[in-house]
Amino acid sequence: MSGHRPRGPRPLGRHCHLAAYFPGADTPTVWTGPDAKSPIEFSSFEHLARTAERGLFDFFLLAEGPRPRAHQGGIHDLDAAGRPEPLTVLNALAAVTERLGLAVTADATFNEPFELARRLATLDHLSGGRAAWHVVASSDARTGEDFRRGDYLDRADRYPRTAEFVATARRLWDSWTPDEAPRPFAHRGRHFDIAGEFTVPRSPQGHPVAILTGGSGEGREFAAATADVVLARPGTLEAGRALYADVKGRLAKYGRTADDLKIMPGVTVVLGDTAAEAQERAATIRRRLVSPQRALLTLERLWGVDLSAHDPDGPLPEFDPVADPRLTGGRARHGDAGATAGKLRALSREKGLSIRQTVIETSARQSFIGTPEAVAAELAEFVREGAADGFVLVPQLTPGGLDEFVDRVVPLLQERGAFRTEYEGRTLRSHLGLPDPAGTGEPYDERTGHLA
Amino acid sequence: MTSSHGRGPLHLAAAVDQPGVYDAGPYVELARLAERGGLDFVTLDDTFARPGPDASAVLSRVAPATHRVGLVPTLTTTHTEPFHIQATIATLDRVSRGRAGWRIDVSTTEGEARLFGRRHTAPLDALWQEAGEVADVAAKLWDSWEDGAVVRDAPTGRFLDRDKLHHVDFTGEAFSVRGPALAPRPPQGHPVRVVDATEGPARSTAVRHADVALVHVASPAQARTVRDRLRADAAAAGRDPNSLLVLVSLLIDLGDGEHAAEPGHGGGGPRQTAQGPLYRGGPVDLADLIASWYKDGTADGFHLIPVEPRRDLERLVNGTVALLQHRGLFRTFYPGSTLREHLGLARPANQYAGGAA
Repeated sequence: MSGHRPRGPRPLGRHCHLAAYFPGADTPTVWTGPDAKSPIEFSSFEHLARTAERGLFDFFLLAEGPRPRAHQGGIHDLDAAGRPEPLTVLNALAAVTERLGLAVTADATFNEPFELARRLATLDHLSGGRAAWHVVASSDARTGEDFRRGDYLDRADRYPRTAEFVATARRLWDSWTPDEAPRPFAHRGRHFDIAGEFTVPRSPQGHPVAILTGGSGEGREFAAATADVVLARPGTLEAGRALYADVKGRLAKYGRTADDLKIMPGVTVVLGDTAAEAQERAATIRRRLVSPQRALLTLERLWGVDLSAHDPDGPLPEFDPVADPRLTGGRARHGDAGATAGKLRALSREKGLSIRQTVIETSARQSFIGTPEAVAAELAEFVREGAADGFVLVPQLTPGGLDEFVDRVVPLLQERGAFRTEYEGRTLRSHLGLPDPAGTGEPYDERTGHLA
Repeated sequence: MTSSHGRGPLHLAAAVDQPGVYDAGPYVELARLAERGGLDFVTLDDTFARPGPDASAVLSRVAPATHRVGLVPTLTTTHTEPFHIQATIATLDRVSRGRAGWRIDVSTTEGEARLFGRRHTAPLDALWQEAGEVADVAAKLWDSWEDGAVVRDAPTGRFLDRDKLHHVDFTGEAFSVRGPALAPRPPQGHPVRVVDATEGPARSTAVRHADVALVHVASPAQARTVRDRLRADAAAAGRDPNSLLVLVSLLIDLGDGEHAAEPGHGGGGPRQTAQGPLYRGGPVDLADLIASWYKDGTADGFHLIPVEPRRDLERLVNGTVALLQHRGLFRTFYPGSTLREHLGLARPANQYAGGAA
């Protein structure tokens, strides 16, 4: 298989990696207007996946859930909601793509290693080696209300259990002999005690690519021990470099090199023919994201009271926030709320902004805004300067939100020698330049929570 | 065509199981072959007890490569989360645009239980009782978003009509689910539920929850008896008996000739084997058998399991089905697009529609 990058100094114009995230439900997504299509129909998934593959992206990432959120004792109704089961969608997308990596978010808390490992290995077989697993571990009681295990996972148990889950899955993937005969496995750990035979032969990639989110120190350590790809938050070049150096610096103690793990921040991009046009388009998207009702909801969550009598185009409430857990989602952040409300009121007074304008003004800016040339240069700089190995693009529009990037930015990255001009290999591991997993039954270290 | 037995048009389904196959290609090929014959649906079995891929995944992979044929994977209810099962089937229904079914089964062995390490195996009647609960909660979750719950109403800023989303608050013997589901109601409302109703404990689950019952019987007399009983029990359970179709499940070995290879067999009817009733003979004699059983009102159709997957399915479609079509006994094209439409089953009403949460 191709894709073993030579170790040593990096060539100039090092390739970056690109991935796309399917928007909806948990991300700020524009859902009004004729250009916003269903986040649920298969045709939307197919459009984005085909666009990503046309752009020679490494992979396409689907989220799972979340559960519809509550507000004022009912179900929150203002955001795009509803998400088909992602593994099933990706198996279908394997039929309409040929090279694109297919990454699924799957919860280690509400799945069992045998079953999830089997489903992931099946996706890897059916897609010819394109499967990836974005490992998450939820611990909230609300999600637990839908599952047999019930309503909790102690936060302290999250990483140890998830580490044991991943290690167990890898052991199952390694369990068949090279000539495709099942071998018995047995695992007894603190969280799982299982034995038997895995039902699927070793899949094309050996181990589907493991994607983790590296937030806290504990999360970064776990990622350094376990992940092939780390999803990072977007931020400044400096913040990116700090995280990058920190995570890559942890790899050596696990016998891994810097190339064995890719760091990819999730980013939003807005393009325009001029810098000013791009800024205007970015502002338009932020306005479309914050409907009048959404602006009021944002303040209600902060103020802790029903503000439906207030005019979203009028001034902010004169009174201070009160604590009503029914409206703040049970989060006791009253002190913060008071300070934040004060800042918003000051901003509104200073600039003469209404409720809605204030919320728009304080909503998150997109990560890269500019002409295709400027954005391509900035992205390349992040990679060159050691702040990222690539990016996960988060479109704000379904399903057309990636079209322009693929048509206008990808060719410029290619011209700079910063991105591939064709897929060299067939598997996601080959796209990412990851080594094949060694693989046969590595011992699992219960004490450290990673492979010994 | 409706008779006093409530019999509609002939329905045909085929299994596309292929031991040792993990790539997509051979499954796509067989499903397309079945679709060329106009079959109602294909089944793909699944178990944790033997090697094999995840069946729902395989048929999801097949979905965009086919257009009309129904796709019915087995999902077992003993160890898999009910919430995951309903989401998987609902999503298969979505990616196939209304062609999903679910063959409900249970895991009976302690070996399967050890793969999960959460519970021991239980007696068959308890397992099927639980399978019934899983079928029940799946239907509730499918209904938990009423049709039209997604309003995308820009003037009011509402994406959802939250009065059309419902907690299901289901409590069974061994699990509970609060709901609602994470996605809108599937295209068919309820994807088609298929239960192998030959064995005792499965039968009561089939009577309450199945749209299609598969029965492994070797004679027309047996088939008639079983079908009459299933229909009577369905009526006793408060259902319209015509909403439960009974298909005779037969292994088929279509050999090399056009007619029965063994005298007294083939045209003489299937015989019982350890794997179930086996028909061995030519595709022409199989067409005769199907036609005669069907005309006698013994079954609503057949579910055929090829012994040699590729060879027998090809002979089934090109020989048996072609002949049945020629005799006007089987459809030559799909008039509808969903599996429910193929089977003549109405899209079910939503149990929450018009009511309180």
